[in-house]
Amino acid sequence: MQQYSGFGLLKHSLSYHENWQRVWSNPTPKKHYDVVIIGGGGHGLATAYYLAKEHGITNIAVIEKGYLGGGNTARNTTIVRSNYLWDEASHLYEHSLKLWEGLAQELNYNLMFSQRGVLNLGHTLQDMRDIERRVNANRLNGIDGEVLTTAQVQEMVPILDCSKGARYPVMGASWQARAGTARHDAVAWGYARAADALGVDLLQQTEVTGIRRKDGAVEGVETTRGFISAGKVACVAAGNSSVIAKMVGMELPLESHPLQAMVSEPLKPILDTVVMSNHVHGYVSQSDKGDLVIGAGIDGYVGYGQRGSFNVVEHTIAAIIEMFPIFSRVRLNRAWGGIVDTCPDACPIISKTHIKGLYFNCGWGTGGFKATPGAGHVFAHTIAHDDPHPLAKPFSIDRFTSGELIDEHGAAGVAH
Amino acid sequence: MLHIHCPYCEEMREEEEFSPAGQAHIQRPLNPEELSDEQWARYLFFRKNPRGLHHELWLHAHGCRKYFNMTRNSVTYQIMETYKMGAKPSITASEEGQS
Ligand SMILES: Cc1cc2nc3c(=O)[nH]c(=O)nc-3n(C[C@H](O)[C@H](O)[C@H](O)COP(=O)(O)OP(=O)(O)OC[C@H]3O[C@@H](n4cnc5c(N)ncnc54)[C@H](O)[C@@H]3O)c2cc1C
Ligand SMILES: [Zn+2]
Repeated sequence: MQQYSGFGLLKHSLSYHENWQRVWSNPTPKKHYDVVIIGGGGHGLATAYYLAKEHGITNIAVIEKGYLGGGNTARNTTIVRSNYLWDEASHLYEHSLKLWEGLAQELNYNLMFSQRGVLNLGHTLQDMRDIERRVNANRLNGIDGEVLTTAQVQEMVPILDCSKGARYPVMGASWQARAGTARHDAVAWGYARAADALGVDLLQQTEVTGIRRKDGAVEGVETTRGFISAGKVACVAAGNSSVIAKMVGMELPLESHPLQAMVSEPLKPILDTVVMSNHVHGYVSQSDKGDLVIGAGIDGYVGYGQRGSFNVVEHTIAAIIEMFPIFSRVRLNRAWGGIVDTCPDACPIISKTHIKGLYFNCGWGTGGFKATPGAGHVFAHTIAHDDPHPLAKPFSIDRFTSGELIDEHGAAGVAH
Repeated sequence: MLHIHCPYCEEMREEEEFSPAGQAHIQRPLNPEELSDEQWARYLFFRKNPRGLHHELWLHAHGCRKYFNMTRNSVTYQIMETYKMGAKPSITASEEGQS
């Protein structure tokens, strides 16, 4: 693998950038792999990378029906944070945030990871109580967090309407300074390049259409390029997880919903942090390119169409304008949707199944981008050892039967 | 924006008057004490979540406030029919040839 560096950039400029090595190869499928990963999004690619790097399993294929990182990886609003309420969830997301902090160096790829902080606004007394409870829980778990007053919020974000006359006055906020944003595509590309260098086959434009089993164990996958035999099959298909599960006659505790986001025309730097509000239901940050990145809530119906209804967009914009009247004449450039797989307790599933050699990582719903490194890491361990990683254990699919749900609706219901 | 026919109001109305309430035809168990944990989990949490034809429950929240059923394609979002509570859908996946 060619090492990327400032010097390399300079060197390649002499040959007009025409001699860069291909970032990854385009192999023909082998007959057999030790592990087949269904889904070439950030999570699938991270899983492949950690399997190869930490568990010495390199005979792996990542099978992607479209192109790498073209699903929710390409569609999310890139917020990374770890201020979840319950121990199980905050440990998992904090594990991920710690990996983010060294990831660009590890992958030798610029992920544009920017720890610009995340504000969660409170607009009611109950909001403030919830914020205090969550910040206290975070600090007890060793995760950074602060409760800010209205004046502190105003100082941090001068353009936010913190006046008493606002429809939903800002009463304070929680603040996680280590949170922030990252370049969504770069994460997928960085993992893909590093996995490819370790010998992982990335099979794009290949759709899994069935899973072959024998005596309660997986044998391999049927694909649009023929049958591929596999020792283990790991499903990381985000919004399409239920479709994969149906191939083996399983149902999952998931509903797939459209989730929408939009960006404005590029503006000069005006917002240097991420502002979220559960109460008015909207959040916004500004990308390095200058566009405002605005996220909405899910459409309530089941939808696989990667688009949602206009009233959700309208509602979100109303919330953003309420918080930032200064944005009222900004023009929107694009809006789009992704399909998110939501779980009843707003927490993911990282799990073995009753079928030997079949694993699922799904249910990340509206908030799995931040978890890309951590999820890949603990899922790889779970697959390699056929035994859940300690951080993944509480997220087994069995929790829906045992009743040990981890209710993160407060930290994950609106905020992503 | 979906344009929805409420089978009780017998009128086409804008989507914003309605709220979706998930998979239709899930019956509350009549013998709760006899159910195993697995059966409870199925009833409470596990869903078909199909890519294709979906029978789902909707509430005419800002109208007659009644629940009704809908058959809708979850990929194209096309609404095939709406029907009253207790009624059966006239369009089902096998008829449609959907996977
Ligand atoms: C609008 C929006 C905003 C969001 N904002 C945030 C945010 O700010 N912060 C955050 O943490 N999270 C956010 N999320 C959630 C986050 O994007 C997802 O939880 C996460 O990306 C899911 O994991 P993934 O990257 O592996 O999924 P994906 O990138 O969707 O990967 C799944 C892949 O599986 C492939 N696939 C499916 N079926 C098959 C098949 N049969 N055969 C082969 N391949 C198949 C798909 O093509 C896809 O590429 C947001 C999501 C959306 C839609
Ligand atoms: Zn009605």
